[in-house]
Amino acid sequence: MNAAAYGRCMGGIIGREGLRWVHQRGRFVSALVRPLVWLAIFAAGFRFVLGVSIIAPYETYVPYEVYIAPGLIAMIQLFNGMQSSLSMVYDREMGSMKTLMISPFPRWFLLLSKLLAGVAVSVVQSYIFLAIAWFWEIEPPPTGYLAVLPALVLSGLMLGALGLVLSSFVKQLENFAGVMNFVIFPMFFASSALYPLWRVKESSLTLWWVCQINPFTSATELIRFALYDQVDWVAAFVVSGCALVFMAAAVVGYDPGRGFMARRGAGD
Amino acid sequence: MTDALEVAGLSHRFGKRAVLEEVGFSVAPGSFTVLLGPNGAGKTTLFALITRLYHATQGRIAVFGRDFRADPQAALARMGVVFQQSTLDLDLTVEQNLRYHAALHGMAGAVSRPLIAAELERVGLLERRGDRARDLSGGQRRRVELARALLHEPALLLMDEPTAGLDFESRGFLLRHVRHLCADRGLAVLWATHLIEEADDAEIVVLRRGRVVAQGRSSDVVADMGAAGLQDAFERLLRVPA
Repeated sequence: MNAAAYGRCMGGIIGREGLRWVHQRGRFVSALVRPLVWLAIFAAGFRFVLGVSIIAPYETYVPYEVYIAPGLIAMIQLFNGMQSSLSMVYDREMGSMKTLMISPFPRWFLLLSKLLAGVAVSVVQSYIFLAIAWFWEIEPPPTGYLAVLPALVLSGLMLGALGLVLSSFVKQLENFAGVMNFVIFPMFFASSALYPLWRVKESSLTLWWVCQINPFTSATELIRFALYDQVDWVAAFVVSGCALVFMAAAVVGYDPGRGFMARRGAGD
Repeated sequence: MTDALEVAGLSHRFGKRAVLEEVGFSVAPGSFTVLLGPNGAGKTTLFALITRLYHATQGRIAVFGRDFRADPQAALARMGVVFQQSTLDLDLTVEQNLRYHAALHGMAGAVSRPLIAAELERVGLLERRGDRARDLSGGQRRRVELARALLHEPALLLMDEPTAGLDFESRGFLLRHVRHLCADRGLAVLWATHLIEEADDAEIVVLRRGRVVAQGRSSDVVADMGAAGLQDAFERLLRVPA
C-alpha cells in the first residue's frame, strides 16, 4: 500500500464520520444546544454570584459568559469524544466495526483515522459554537479564531483518544451511562471550565489539586489562551502527552491479541 | 498449486473454555468449500481468527502461502468477507456503503466507481444504489454485502452463515451466484453453514465441538461412511462420542 492508498483510506473514514454526523441531526443539534443552554441560562444566573478577577490571558475584568466560553468549547469536544466512543461501541454491537477491522491497513492507522474523523467533526462544531457565541458578546480578537485551531485539534485529539480507550473497555452500550457519571461529569466539573481555580483553592485545597491534574483543565486553558493569541505551554505539553498515552492505550485495547478483542467470545 | 487458505493445528480458548482444538483443513483456489457444523461448533470463532478479529495463539493460518501472523495486511487484502451478522451501515446508501469499503481498501474513486456499478448489476441491485441500506429487505442487504465483499477483487471469499434468516428464493440466488463465481472467476470460497442442503456436491469440512471430524468431497464422505446421503452422514458424525 502506498501513501496515496493510506490517504484514501483515511479520507473514506473521515467522510463516513461526516456523513453520519449530517444524518444524525439530533446529535448535531444537542451538541450545540447543550453549551448554549449553559451560556444563556447558567452564565446569566451565576454571573453576579461568582465574580471574576483579572486573570491571564484576560487583560481586564471579563463577564462570566466570556470566562466560561473556552470551557464550553472543551465541553463540546468532550461530549464529541464520548459520542464517537459511543458510536464505536454501537458499531461493535451492530457488527459494522468488523468492516473497519478487516481493512488491510494497520490497526493503529485505522484507529488514528477514526480519531481524526472525530476531531474534524468536533472542530467544526466548536467553530459553529464560536459563531453563535459572538451574539453573546464573546468576541476574541479576530486572529484568535485562527490561533485556536491548533488548540482545538490538540484537545480534540486528547478527548477523542480518551473516548477510544473507554470504548475498548465498555463491553455493552448499556454500560455507557457509567461513563457519563464517572468520566464526563467529574472531568467537566473538577476543572477550570466553569470557575477560576483560585476560587476552588479558597474552598478546598484537595479539590484544587484534583482540578490541577485533570487533563480537561489543561484542554480548557489551552483553548482559552489560544483564543487570545497566547500559548499556555504547560497545558499544551499536558494535552499532547495525554493524547499520546490515551492513543497508545486505545491501540492496545483494539489489538486482537490483547485488550477487549482477546477477551470476547464469538457467538457460534 | 498453493492453497488459497491453509489452516493447520489451530486451537483457541476463551479463558478456560476450548473453542477450537487442532483444527486443520485447506481451501484450493476455485473451490467451493463448505464448513459444516451445528450451532456452537466454533465456526464463527474460526472466521474471527481467519479475519484477524482475534489473534490465533496456537496453530497456523496462511492465505495463498503467506503466514497470516507474519503479513496480516497482505492476507486481508486478498480476502473478501461476509459476516453472519449484517455489517452494513444502515444510515448510508447502498453506494456509500460500497464506497466506504473501497476506501478502506485504498481504492481510488475512479477505480471503484465502475466496479461498484458492475458488482451491483451482478446482484441485480444497481437501481437501488441510491437507497439507504435500512430500506432494503434482508435478502437484498445480503446481496449488497456480497457485492461489497467482491469489490476489491479478492481471490478468497469467506461467508459465515450467509443465508441465515433468508427466504428460499434469496438463499437459492446467493448459493447459485457464489458457486458461479468459483467456476467463472476461480474464486476460492469458504462457506460456513449448518444447512446440509448447501453442502451438496462441494468440498466439506465438518466441525463438531471445535474439532474437524470429517473432510473431503461430500460424495466421498458419504461413501466412506456408507451413509444413505449427506444428511445421514452428518447426523452420524454428530453422534460419534467425543
